[in-house]
Amino acid sequence: MMGSDNQGYQEARLYTTKDQMSATLLHDEPSPSKSFQDPLSSSSPFVEIPTSDHLHANKNPNPSHSSINSILEPPSYAEAVFQSFDLDSVDSPDISTLDHSASASPKSFSTILKISVSDPKREPGATSYFSYLITTFTNMPEFTGTEFNVRRRFRDVVALSDRLAESYRGFFIPLRPDKSVVESQVMQKNEFLEQRRAALEKYLRRLAAHPVLKNSEELRAFLEPSDGIQLSRTSDAASTMLDGADTTEVSQPAKGGRDFLWMFKELKQSVANDWGGAKPPLVEDDKEFLDKKEKMQDFEQQLINVSQQAESLVKAQQDIGETMGQLGLAFVKLTKFETEEVAQDSQRAHAADMKNVATAAVKASRLYRELNAQTVKHLDKLHEYLGVMLAVNNAFADRSSAFLTVQTLLSELSSLHSRIEKLEAASSKIFGGDRSRIRKIEELRENIRITENAKSSAAREYERIKENNKTELERLEKEKHDDFVNMLKGFVVNQAGYAEKMANVWETVAEETSAYIRKS
Amino acid sequence: MINTESGSGPLVQSPRSPSSQSQYIAVSVLDPAKMGNGVQAYISYKVITRTNFPEYDGPEKIVIRRYSDFVWLRDRLFEKYKGVFIPPVPEKSTVEKFRFSAEFIEMRRKALDVFVNRVASHQELQHSEDLRIFLTVDEQTMERARSQETGIFKKKPADLMQIFKDVQSKVSDVVLGKEKPVEESSPEYEKLKNYVFQLEDHLAEAQKHAYRLVKRHRELGQSLSDFGKAVKLLGECEGNALGKAFSELGAKSEILSVHLQKEAQNLLMNFEEPLKDYVRSVQSIKATIAERANAFRQHCELAEAIKFKEIDMNKLRLTRSDKLYDAEHEYEELKAEGAEAWRRFEKIVKLMNEEIVRFQEQKTVDLGVAFHEFALGQAQLANSIASAWRSLLPKLEACSS
Repeated sequence: MMGSDNQGYQEARLYTTKDQMSATLLHDEPSPSKSFQDPLSSSSPFVEIPTSDHLHANKNPNPSHSSINSILEPPSYAEAVFQSFDLDSVDSPDISTLDHSASASPKSFSTILKISVSDPKREPGATSYFSYLITTFTNMPEFTGTEFNVRRRFRDVVALSDRLAESYRGFFIPLRPDKSVVESQVMQKNEFLEQRRAALEKYLRRLAAHPVLKNSEELRAFLEPSDGIQLSRTSDAASTMLDGADTTEVSQPAKGGRDFLWMFKELKQSVANDWGGAKPPLVEDDKEFLDKKEKMQDFEQQLINVSQQAESLVKAQQDIGETMGQLGLAFVKLTKFETEEVAQDSQRAHAADMKNVATAAVKASRLYRELNAQTVKHLDKLHEYLGVMLAVNNAFADRSSAFLTVQTLLSELSSLHSRIEKLEAASSKIFGGDRSRIRKIEELRENIRITENAKSSAAREYERIKENNKTELERLEKEKHDDFVNMLKGFVVNQAGYAEKMANVWETVAEETSAYIRKS
Repeated sequence: MINTESGSGPLVQSPRSPSSQSQYIAVSVLDPAKMGNGVQAYISYKVITRTNFPEYDGPEKIVIRRYSDFVWLRDRLFEKYKGVFIPPVPEKSTVEKFRFSAEFIEMRRKALDVFVNRVASHQELQHSEDLRIFLTVDEQTMERARSQETGIFKKKPADLMQIFKDVQSKVSDVVLGKEKPVEESSPEYEKLKNYVFQLEDHLAEAQKHAYRLVKRHRELGQSLSDFGKAVKLLGECEGNALGKAFSELGAKSEILSVHLQKEAQNLLMNFEEPLKDYVRSVQSIKATIAERANAFRQHCELAEAIKFKEIDMNKLRLTRSDKLYDAEHEYEELKAEGAEAWRRFEKIVKLMNEEIVRFQEQKTVDLGVAFHEFALGQAQLANSIASAWRSLLPKLEACSS
């Protein structure tokens, strides 16, 4: 079971290019309230649970959080409930995402944006597809209401994700769920729908938790009932200017594919950067950034490693629990057999002792299973951050591509200038001027003017992205710190707690059987 | 009561008589040493005997023995003491033998030590000549005795064979009942046989899972160790307080991994091995059951032979043949053999009844000890795991402030 999953996980790991928005597969975990369910029975490498971090919830200043949540939750689907081992405070299903923005906000009034995804339904029609009910509860004034529903399909989510990527370059944008065509054919329809529903919910909640993205037009348009998704301006400012259009608004360059000439130029530039002997017109010189980038890459590597080992650890815990259970059952059977045959009283006592050992083994097996379910939840943070790493890489790629654009424009300018020089030199030799050449020079000057504007716009864009990278990195540092400390705490408390429970079980049996030592 | 430590055997005392000292015998199997090379390599063991049994000359004797010597002893005892549940020897291993891992050698040594001590503490077996030979003779003599083994006991006494052959040639197969096996039919004995056979199945299953559990401990230990290493690396690239926390977590994981490996070893020695020993003992009982069946069958066959001889004899009497004298002689011989066979059978029955009681008592204690060790080991492991993790918490608390 785990072997094939590892493959899927490795594939996800290899996707580093920005254009391949394959997120880690997000799957829901079967509810642990079904007591003997194997927590790893789903076929995904990431058993993901909408976590509610109790330690975080405790920091949350808004006390009515949980009650709002319980109102919001449509009862139509099962939510996996996070029960931390030392469940001393919150008892109700607290399904808020890690709302760092709320807890970090110094305002007494914190913004609420609660999103749920439910009720997958097949839409009738020629091209049949599935739609999901998106329910929003919010107190943000930008929205047109406080509670509303809308139906969206997966395609809409893809569009939302694409538009966010265009508008918010440089930000660490959470990755949308996979399109996963192959999986959908392998799975049962219901299973697939449930997985997708959960994945969509998790994605939207992550967006809602992002301090900048939660305020985005694109998200609003998606959540609110409307005739269609509003298209935000996606024109490439630089190439538009080059084409002759006059835009005062600075928009982001397109992801590529529109202007072949432009793409070629950028490619030439990047090749020149890599292979050319001459120094490129602009060099990334932000030392601090480069350091952070390297650190981030290191971190990502180690994180991948840890998350792999975490998977093995979980498997090993599962195995030992299973075997312990089987041992217990074997002894139960043996006890039953012996009690049926038993003649003397000494035998009866012996059978009773065996039964105690058997029961203890079965109990220990259950404890292992519970321990594992919790361990999976805690270590899931690691998998989540793998997704975050991908978002970070995307943001860094935004920066690189913006940088490349600026470089290319500078090169372009430089070549335009030198062409003008050459023409002027040539034309000065001709007495009275050269009409065709003069016209050409004027064209080139016009070109230069346009290119200069484009360059300024691109440079502004680049600076903006740099700034976004910077703020996001700061945000990430803090969140990462908090998240991982909590993860470690949860993991450690969990392990310790269950170990203590197991120790109790076995100590009792050891006590009960200590008489044999004296006899021997 | 079973000797689990090397160097101390049980003290067995015969009932004190006013004029004799109490008798004791204690045996230890120690110091395994690899001998020879390649395919012919084997392990030798030092066997130390301390006793005041009169048939032994001297209070202490040290000899060198190898695995097949122990097997020889077991086989001899099995032949001579039918009805007694001969203590089992550890399995002959075909694959592991070549690897001779330290673990394997130690487990075998222990099992052999247990075997010899059980023999030495058994009322019937402890005075056997074969035991004395095993415990005292030098290696060359031992080797000779071992190689003779195949000769002596596989051949039946010639005359008995002859009589059987005579009888067989005169009687058809149908009457001799080749199709109908001759078996005891007492319901109590049936119940016992059933119990033994089913017990073996149940025990074997428990032992199988116990062995797997040992492996699982090892695997979990390995996973924890790998996890710990990876977490440490993560901590290093983090730096700051969180990085330290990761490193500590990693270090703890590695420590716990060691605990797990130790517990795996403990489980193997003190839980799985006793279970395996139990299975072997039950198999030994099955062998005794087979012997009893054999003895019963022999008795029945002889009884048949005697009947037919009698018929023969009477025929000869009527015809006043001169063969009568011989026939009468043979008849008397057969009757003696028959009586002997019946005595043998009865002896087996009597011994078995005693043995069952002894076996149950012994097994109750052995298994009880094994359970205790199992529970204790698990409790200790769990406690060390809990305390290791708890010790991390203050550091983690410091991180989040």
